[in-house]
Amino acid sequence: MAKNDSRPNPDELLAQVRAEEEKTGRGKLKIFLGYCAGVGKTYAMLEAARQWKGELDVVVAYVETHGRPETEALLEGLEIVPRRRIEYRGVSLQEMDLDAVLARRPQLALVDELAHTNAPDSRHPKRYQDVEELIEAGIDVYTTLNVQHVESLRDVVMQITRIWMRETVPDSVIDKAAEIELVDLPPDELLKRLKEGKVYVPDETTRAVAGFFREGNLFALRELTMRTAAERVDGQMRGYMQIHGIRGPWPATERLLVCISPSPLGTHLVRTARRLAFQLNAEWFALYVETPDDVRLSPEQRDRLMDTLRLAERLGAKTVTVQGDSIAAVVTEYATENNITKVVVGKPQSRWRKLLGTAVVNQIIRRSEHFDVFVATGKEEPLKLKQDKAPTGQVFANWRGYLRGLLIWIVATLLGHAVHGFFSPANIIMIYLLCVVVTAIFCGFGPSILVCIMSVMAWDFFFVSPHLTFAIDDTQYVFAFITLLLVGVTISYLTTRIRQQTEAAQHRESETATLYALSRHLAAVVGLDSTIRTIISGAKKTFGCDAIIFLPDPQNKEVLKPYAENPDVIIGENEVAAAIWSFRHQKVVGYGTDTLPNAKARYLPLSTARGDVGVMALLVTSAANLFTIQQTRLLEAYADLAAVAIERTQFAEKARSAEILEASEKLETALLNSISHDLRTPLVSVIGVLSSLQENELGLDDEGRRNLIQVAREEADRLNHLIANLLDVTRIEAGAMKVSRGPSDLKDVIGVALEHISSHSSNRPIDVDVSSELPFVSADFALIVQVLVNVLDNALKYSPAGSPVEIGGRQVGQLVEITVADRGVGIAPEELPRIFDKFYRVRRPDNVAGTGLGLAICKGIIEAHGGHIAAENRPGGGTTIRFTLPVAKMIPEERGQKYERE
Amino acid sequence: MNENRLRILVVDDDHSIRRFLRVALTSQGYTVFEAASGADALSDATAYRPDVIILDLGLPDIDGVEVTRLLRQWTHIPIIVLSVRGSESDKIAALDAGADDYLTKPFGVGELLARLRAAFRRATQPISGPVFTSGDLKVDLAGRLVTVADRDVQLTPTEYDLLRALVTHAGKVLTHHQLLREVWGMAYEQEFHILHVNISNLRRKIEPNPARSQFIITEPGVGYRLKTS
Repeated sequence: MAKNDSRPNPDELLAQVRAEEEKTGRGKLKIFLGYCAGVGKTYAMLEAARQWKGELDVVVAYVETHGRPETEALLEGLEIVPRRRIEYRGVSLQEMDLDAVLARRPQLALVDELAHTNAPDSRHPKRYQDVEELIEAGIDVYTTLNVQHVESLRDVVMQITRIWMRETVPDSVIDKAAEIELVDLPPDELLKRLKEGKVYVPDETTRAVAGFFREGNLFALRELTMRTAAERVDGQMRGYMQIHGIRGPWPATERLLVCISPSPLGTHLVRTARRLAFQLNAEWFALYVETPDDVRLSPEQRDRLMDTLRLAERLGAKTVTVQGDSIAAVVTEYATENNITKVVVGKPQSRWRKLLGTAVVNQIIRRSEHFDVFVATGKEEPLKLKQDKAPTGQVFANWRGYLRGLLIWIVATLLGHAVHGFFSPANIIMIYLLCVVVTAIFCGFGPSILVCIMSVMAWDFFFVSPHLTFAIDDTQYVFAFITLLLVGVTISYLTTRIRQQTEAAQHRESETATLYALSRHLAAVVGLDSTIRTIISGAKKTFGCDAIIFLPDPQNKEVLKPYAENPDVIIGENEVAAAIWSFRHQKVVGYGTDTLPNAKARYLPLSTARGDVGVMALLVTSAANLFTIQQTRLLEAYADLAAVAIERTQFAEKARSAEILEASEKLETALLNSISHDLRTPLVSVIGVLSSLQENELGLDDEGRRNLIQVAREEADRLNHLIANLLDVTRIEAGAMKVSRGPSDLKDVIGVALEHISSHSSNRPIDVDVSSELPFVSADFALIVQVLVNVLDNALKYSPAGSPVEIGGRQVGQLVEITVADRGVGIAPEELPRIFDKFYRVRRPDNVAGTGLGLAICKGIIEAHGGHIAAENRPGGGTTIRFTLPVAKMIPEERGQKYERE
Repeated sequence: MNENRLRILVVDDDHSIRRFLRVALTSQGYTVFEAASGADALSDATAYRPDVIILDLGLPDIDGVEVTRLLRQWTHIPIIVLSVRGSESDKIAALDAGADDYLTKPFGVGELLARLRAAFRRATQPISGPVFTSGDLKVDLAGRLVTVADRDVQLTPTEYDLLRALVTHAGKVLTHHQLLREVWGMAYEQEFHILHVNISNLRRKIEPNPARSQFIITEPGVGYRLKTS
């Protein structure tokens, strides 16, 4: 691929298009950039805003006039959003009311002093973060900024002014500005205004005010400001040309990589890289190589490393952490794989390494084939308060190791002494080598080096003649001394290294094991609740703190519903608000981050490639256990895993409910078809008969008319029967069937049922075999009549005309069993259990009319009485339906038998 | 008094049912008034002085049972209530409140006319003679004599009281409560089992086939009725 192709790079174009797209949805940022306080930035901003008055909805979100009347005059007629007052340690502070501005939703908001640091307990520690949120909400923002507050220029400014700026704005924010307007005032005029007291001098420069407002300084700052603005203009121009396909002298796309370390120079290195990247218009990466040695990093070093990485991110770099044994190898590999064109490394600090040529820089330079290497000079930042105490601390920390090393050495010497008579001095060396290896394994690098030196001395002193002196007879032993020393040191080094690698491997192994265990657990659980429970208990085990999972409400995606396992965890409004913020902006917020740093928990958005799932909050109990690089990485991996698991469960549940829905829809369609058919069929006859009678075109005689009316009457009865059945089924299913139980005489029940049957069925022989001693049953008389009628009806329908139907009743313990038996064709065994199902009809060739509801109703009624109903085939052919009802309780009483009231 | 000049008040909120009843009853020579609500029913009952009221239980404003109770405070006009299947408790409540008979929707015109005639007869001709006859059953209330097909039947005092209660209201549905109250007294109003046992015994003594009652008709879940010939 031709790297120097003059055509626009597709990636670059895409990025430009994206930036354009992003700009349309988001608000635009305009920065009024000045080189110093007092050049008139606020004035210029207000003047620019006034031009929009009437055309745009402009509000003043926060403007500081410092009591200057000409500036105040410009505020007149502009709507001002009231400031938020905060009481902090007895001092009343005023801040921009971010929520009020967001709620007001103007088209353009004026926010002074972009670099301002917010009062504690604000949502964001810095004002530029507030501004970012406004822009994200689609509000255009005008703001002001002094050049010395630009993050990447911090050390340049320091060189000019000797003042270390504490309040800075990341370049990534400035890069996003749609426009930068330079507010300029010649230095001599500025100085004149200063003398007249027209310039407000901010606190942090007061100390050095004399030094700061020197003409030389002002000229330098002014030039810096102009250059910054010019770079921006250049960048915009190039962007425009690329988007519009204007051919030009395109440079090959540069990709820059800066290698960072826990060294105090890291931040300087990052700033240098950022400046270089900007000048080259390069995409840039900050790489940290995590080696096995990292286990030994002190907490301060870890913090510094995190700070450096965060700074790089703020300055617009992509930060990457890669594991490996050799820094140089990893850097080279990463650079080659990612088409890095330039690598920035820090100047080695160790003089020895420089001399030996083993410094990382030298190794990288040796391996570099496809990229240029820049070596940045190291300059300590002046505000660095803490000295790196780690090395000395570690020496003392390992005094046990030295003690143990000495003990091993004493044992070796005693052993040597014991075998002295049998072995030659050359073999005794082996004992000492063994001693060095053992020390290196168990006590670390320092003790093993000490033991190595002491071994050489002891060997010379005790075992090489002349004994008990350091003098030697034979000069060949000098060679042995040197060899012993070198071999000892090498062994110490290698053994220690292996040990560190083992430790690192163990650490990684435990991380992997944790994640593996979690993923295995998550794969096993079914259902959202148990998935969340597993995630929370896993977090408790892994990070030692309680977790809360926030998921969007299925009804209202704007609302997050918290799930917590521990009932002691109190989820207040603040927690939910923080979770919502994290969810909407898809950012890690809360404790230990830039947003809501005072929160009690850290909030990690849970998202997968397909979308946002929710938020996981980890309640911080002890700061130390959460935020090392390893823990952060583990946390992120854990969040990814949790997100995938929750998403998987949600998908599974969706799929299942879709399945159920489909099945029930199918059933409903079938029922609807069957019911609509059964309902309509009788109506066809009824309407047909009625219309023919009405029109009387058929010329019917009385007989024919009577026949027709008979048909209509029967069909109407059938329809009435069907509707009654449907209502009964509905009542039974809804549990709305009223059962008013009382002692009921089965003989009476049978009598009533037979009366009912005989009224509309031809005279079929029905044999009743019920003992007159049969006790009363506890039942709803009318409902049991209905059961019997339905069962008898079926028996008559499904048996040949003239064949008998038998009704039997007998007492079985505390139950009365009623049987209805016919001599029909019987029921296929596989159909037996299903005949009581709703809408189930036995398939018969003779196509007997019916709704398939009768027996379902019987089952519902009998079961509501605590009884049981079943069907069986009769020996000798036919079907028996058998159902039971409880016997009514009976107490003897003077006026004949008395039954207990139910 | 000509039976076919009877005045009937039909109370039902459903227009088509009122229309159907008006056509059917007018064709039989009855004079028909219509009311669509409970309030109308109460005022029309005083205004038109009907001979029989046909009252639907499911009215939009006042519950049919309540209408029955209010009517019974001043009149003994026979009331036939209309109800739907499955609402036995409403029927019982209406009968207990003083309704004379009930019909379950849907019903045939023949059945309605029979009930109407029976109700009207009961209202105008209370048991005239001391002897009640229905088929083979003959009950002489004056002489406490019961015969079936000219055969004397021996009844216990309770059975006789029960039969007498049924005879006094022959053709009318008596609810379980009404029978218990009349024969055993208020204290026994809930003791259904005594009633069922005695009915069963009574049937064994007077019915030719106790399994298929001819005289004492069971109204499932509501009560009993003595069949008139």
